[in-house]
Amino acid sequence: MARLLASRLIEAVAALLLMSVLIFFLSRIIGDPVALLLADGATEGDRQRLIAELGLDRPLLQQYLTFIGNALQGDFGRSVAAGNRDAFEMVMSRVPASLGLAGVALAFTLAVGIVLGVIAAVTRGTPFDVLMRLIALLGQSIPSFWLGIILIYLFSVHLGWLPTSGFGGWQYYVLPALTLGLFTLAAVTRLVRASMLDALASDYVKLARIKGLAEATVVLRHALSNSLIPVVTFMGTFFATMITSAVVVETVFAWPGIGRLAYESILSRDFPVIQVVVLVITAFFILANLVVDLLYLAIDPRMRSRG
Amino acid sequence: MRNLSFNFALGLLALFVLTALVGPYLVQHDPLQGSLRARLDPPAWAEGGSADHLLGTDRLGRDVLSRIVEGARLSLAVCAVVIGVAGTVGTAIGTLSGYVGGWLDRILMRLVDLALSLPVILLALLLAAVSEPSFTNIILVISFVLWSQYARMARGETLRVKNEDFVDLARTSGLGHARIIFRHILPNIAPSLIVVATLQVGVVIILESSLSFLGVGVPPPNPSWGAMVADGRSYVVTAWWVSLFPGIAILLVVMAVNIIGDALTDRLNPGLRRNDG
Repeated sequence: MARLLASRLIEAVAALLLMSVLIFFLSRIIGDPVALLLADGATEGDRQRLIAELGLDRPLLQQYLTFIGNALQGDFGRSVAAGNRDAFEMVMSRVPASLGLAGVALAFTLAVGIVLGVIAAVTRGTPFDVLMRLIALLGQSIPSFWLGIILIYLFSVHLGWLPTSGFGGWQYYVLPALTLGLFTLAAVTRLVRASMLDALASDYVKLARIKGLAEATVVLRHALSNSLIPVVTFMGTFFATMITSAVVVETVFAWPGIGRLAYESILSRDFPVIQVVVLVITAFFILANLVVDLLYLAIDPRMRSRG
Repeated sequence: MRNLSFNFALGLLALFVLTALVGPYLVQHDPLQGSLRARLDPPAWAEGGSADHLLGTDRLGRDVLSRIVEGARLSLAVCAVVIGVAGTVGTAIGTLSGYVGGWLDRILMRLVDLALSLPVILLALLLAAVSEPSFTNIILVISFVLWSQYARMARGETLRVKNEDFVDLARTSGLGHARIIFRHILPNIAPSLIVVATLQVGVVIILESSLSFLGVGVPPPNPSWGAMVADGRSYVVTAWWVSLFPGIAILLVVMAVNIIGDALTDRLNPGLRRNDG
């Protein structure tokens, strides 16, 4: 188990390093680092200072080490678009809003998805099951940026029930969380339905029935608790999907998170900020997968004995 | 029920491909050229609409229907090239990895895991930040993310096939490695790879349109469906048709592909999928 843990950790660090190499490679070799990292009004003196600071006249490997060294101290340079603010601080100040939205969306997705999946499995073959599967299919096919716009049109403009965009009380969470969660909701529903069907046909459920347990106990206690393991294994993927879809959804709803910051900094060509956003989101993405791997180890004892 | 939806999906997909191939020759209006007198005209059936612009016009007076038809061609082109590139690279790496085995297999599979652990939209944003958006860039970014799925599938299937009797027989009869791979392994693993490719069509369309929506995809004035939705976003209250119709086009194509992909998975690899029927 310790070996497995160690190899997971090494993989996580390797993925982050790969992303840092990509950022470095793209900015120093394909792009022009001086143009990318300096504001438009920079003087010749600023240029020389940046070249000396980042060692742009030195060999590439040395430049990369400088880049990583600075990055480890949270120093990614200053924003070229937002009044010279520290790029790292700018990104971190946006993290709570994004995590809040992703958290609400994930909670909503799991709660509703598990209920729908169980009902669909129990009512297999009935019109309700067909309807659930249709909704799951729709959820996996709707582009989220378009869904967001349609929801705003329906619920904010047309019906006037909810705010169109922005950040505030719970009303502001409803539409963005729904948009962010629908794809995952569809996935959770399908997953729970499929593993419930497996579980309901299994020997231990048959045994529980033979023992004469009430149907509700059989379904909830015996079948459901075992069907949740695949959901846990996919949680990391779900959370990671949400963090990346956040770029699109936060843009549509003007949500003040890192996703929207990513979009804004692309528009204003603010490279110092872009590189932090990309690294931070990648870190969350990797962390989410890592946490789930560990959780899985804790839940399923069979995994512990494997190397 | 299953057959009905499968046939329906197949019909939709055929319509999409047909539209992409011949549609642009049939439409009346130039998808890139607008008329200032026809800005934000509503669709034919709405108040103030005319049969001249069946689905209305956008803010530059360009015909929405013509742009959707032209956009179909663009989407199909992106799908074909990405799946060609990612499929070839991924299959080559996966087959090699599975066939050779040993340390090469371990290294290549670690690479695959790494590629799967990077968030795609961000890679595209990064690339867009250092270079101008272009057709080539979008192909590169999406292929960079998707090749790993073919590699994984090709490796697993190669491992399954390579110890079968007919491969042993080919080997003992003195056939070279290249011959064995091309004659005996690839034809046998092709069905699974085709399923991966089908399921990816939907992913590619969603990715391309999301990136174009964010302004880092196919550059304007090319009528990408995603960019059209973005265009109409600011007018959604007064001119809903500009965003609505391209979004429906994306939804229909992706849904059709998902239905077909699911059905193919069931038919070709009954064991591959969980109990979903």
